[in-house]
Amino acid sequence: MTSRFLILFTFGIALLSALSSTRAGAITAKGSDTLVILAQKWAEVYMRKNPSTTIQVTGGGSGTGFAALQNRTTDLCNASRPIKSKEVLACIRVFKAKPTEYRVCLDGLSVYVSEKNPVANLTMDQLKQIFTGKFDNWKQVGGPDKPIVLYSRENSSGTYEFFKEHVLGGSDFAARAQTMPGTAAVVQAIARDPYGIGYGGAAYAEGIRALKISKDSQSAPVEPTQENVANGTYPIWRYLYIYVNPALDRGEIAAYLQWIRGEEGQELVKDVGYFPVPKDLRN
Amino acid sequence: MDMVDLPNASSPSHLSWNGVRRGSRKAPLEWVLERCIFLVSLSAIVLVFLIFAFVLRESLPVFLGRVDSTVAQRVIPADQMDTLSSADLAKYLDLSEREFSEMDRDTLRLMMEVKGESAAEAPLDKDAGVNTASWRYLLLPHQWTGYEKPSYIWQPVSEIHKYNVVPLFIGSLKTTLVALLFSIPLALGAALYVSQLAPPRVREWLKPAIEMLAGIPSVVLGFFALIVMASVLQNLVGAESRLNAFVAGIALGLAIIPVLFSIAEDALTSVPRSYTQAALALGASQWQAAWQVVLPAALPGVFAAVLLGFGRAIGETMIVLMASGNASILSWNLLDSTRTITATIAAELAEAVFGGHHYRILFMLGTLLFAVTFFTNLLGELIIHRLNRRLEGKA
Repeated sequence: MTSRFLILFTFGIALLSALSSTRAGAITAKGSDTLVILAQKWAEVYMRKNPSTTIQVTGGGSGTGFAALQNRTTDLCNASRPIKSKEVLACIRVFKAKPTEYRVCLDGLSVYVSEKNPVANLTMDQLKQIFTGKFDNWKQVGGPDKPIVLYSRENSSGTYEFFKEHVLGGSDFAARAQTMPGTAAVVQAIARDPYGIGYGGAAYAEGIRALKISKDSQSAPVEPTQENVANGTYPIWRYLYIYVNPALDRGEIAAYLQWIRGEEGQELVKDVGYFPVPKDLRN
Repeated sequence: MDMVDLPNASSPSHLSWNGVRRGSRKAPLEWVLERCIFLVSLSAIVLVFLIFAFVLRESLPVFLGRVDSTVAQRVIPADQMDTLSSADLAKYLDLSEREFSEMDRDTLRLMMEVKGESAAEAPLDKDAGVNTASWRYLLLPHQWTGYEKPSYIWQPVSEIHKYNVVPLFIGSLKTTLVALLFSIPLALGAALYVSQLAPPRVREWLKPAIEMLAGIPSVVLGFFALIVMASVLQNLVGAESRLNAFVAGIALGLAIIPVLFSIAEDALTSVPRSYTQAALALGASQWQAAWQVVLPAALPGVFAAVLLGFGRAIGETMIVLMASGNASILSWNLLDSTRTITATIAAELAEAVFGGHHYRILFMLGTLLFAVTFFTNLLGELIIHRLNRRLEGKA
C-alpha cells in the first residue's frame, strides 16, 4: 500500500517538474534602465492575463542588454538607443541575422531649471551653446548675471547619447558638466541649485520647472506635454526599443511583443510617463 | 562524582619522555575540518590571483598598444566580396577561421553591408584617422576639433573617442589627498588619546565607538554627503558647484578614519609599556611620554596606517560616485567638481561595448588602480611587520 503510494508520489513529482520545466521557458528581458520600470509593468500585466507565461525583467543598461542578446542570455533586449553597427556585427556572428528592432514607445526629454530661475524658454541652439559650454552665464540667454551650472547624465546612459546627438549635434558636453546617475538625481540637484540646468525624462519634483523649447528663433516655444510630444511639435523626443533575435521571435515571445505594440500595451506606457507610438509607426 | 577528563589525557601512549602531552593524533573529523579550512583559505588566494589575471587579460591589449579606436575605417563595398581571398575576407570581418567556415555567403554579405554602413556613419573630422587609444593620446593633451587649445579630455562617448586619463588620475588624487588631510589628524589624535592618555573606562567605549564608523555602508555615507554635507559646505565655503572634490574628500575621510585609527592604535599599543614607564620615571609628563616617546617609536606603524588608508580611499567608489559631481575637469581646485577613476569605471562599464576599446581602457584603469593599491597595501603590511619585530626586539 505504502509502496504504491510512494510510486504515485514520485510519479507526481516527476510530472510536476516536467511541467514546470516546460513552463520554465520563461521570457527574459534585459537592458536599459530607462525602460526597466515600463518593462516590469508590461510583464506584470501580461503575466496576470496569461498565467502560463513567466517574464523576467532586469536592467543594467542598453549596452549590457545588447551584450546579453548576443550571448543568448536574454530573449529580449530593452534599449533606449538604437543598436550600434558593432553590436549588429556581433549579433550576426552568433544568429547569422540582424536582430529585429521594435519601437515600443516615445519618450520626450525635458530640460529642467529651478523654479527660481526667471528664464522660461530656450531655443535648440541656445541649449546647444549652454551644454557645450560656449554660454556660461545666464545673462547670455536673457537671465540674471549668474554662472550656469550644468547637470548632465552619465555617458553610459542612452539619454546622454540622445541629447548629445540631437541637441548638441554630436559635439562634446562641456567638461565642467556634472554627471548624475539618473533623472531623479538631476532633478534633485536642480531643486537645490537656483542656477542649475539639466535634462531628463518626465519627472516631477518640488522646486523645478520644465523649460519650453522652440526649434529655432522663429518658431513658438513648446511645452513638453504628452500631446506635443505625440504630434511632434516638441523638438526633443526619441523612440525606445526592444530588440530580439529573429529566430526567437515566434510563439510566446512573438505574442508578447505583439501585445506590447498593441492597444493594451501602448495604453500602459502612459502610466509610467512615456508616450505611445503613433499607430502608423508601429512596425 | 567522576572527574571530567580531557580526551586521551589518561592514555600513556600520548605522553612523551618528560610527561608533556604532545603530538596527539587528531580526530578524523578535526583533520577533515582543518583540511577544509585550509582549502577555503587557499581558494581565496587563488581567487584574488584569478581576478587579477582576468583584469590584466582584459586590459593587456591597451598596454601592448593593440587597441585601435580609429573612427575612420577602410571600407570594401559588399559587391567586391568575391575579389577578396577568404583569408582577407575573414581578416576584414575580424572572424576566426572556425567562425569563418561556419558562415554562409549571405551572412558574410550581410556583415559586409553592416560594416560598410558603420563606416559611412563615421564623421569627417581631422582626427577621424587618429588611434585615440594609443599612449600619446591617453596621456598628452591634444587640440581636438571644436576645442580652442590643446587639452586633456575624457569624453569616451563621442564621435571621436577621447580617452585622456590625466583628469581622472588628478581627480582620484585630489579627493584622496583631501580625505587623508582631513582624517589623519583626527584619527591619529584619537589613536594617541585612546592608547596612551584615556582612562580605561573611557577607552572601553571610545575605541569600539570609533571602529563602529567602519560599519556605516559607504553608500549611506555617500548619500549623507550628497544631501546634507554638500549643502552645509556650500553655505560655508560658497563653492559654485555643490558637489565637488572637497565634499567627496571629507566624506571619504569619514570612511577611512576607522582604518587609520585601528591600525595606528594597534601600533601605539604595541610599543612596550616599559618605554612609557622609563619616560615617566625620568620625570616626563604623561603627554610628553606619549608625544615624544611612544609616537616616535610607533611612527612606522602610523605611516603604514596612512598607506593603508590611502589604499582604501583611492579604491573607494560609492562615496565619490555620489558626492564628487563627476565632471572630468583637469584642475587642482578643490572646489571644482571632479571625476575619479573608480567612479568612472563604475559609471561607464555597464554600457561599454564588450571587448571594445572603451571597455579595454576602463579595464586598463582598473589594472593601474589595482597595482597602486596592491603596492601601497603591501608596503604598509611590510612596515607593520618590521615594526612589530623591532618592538619585540628581534631585529
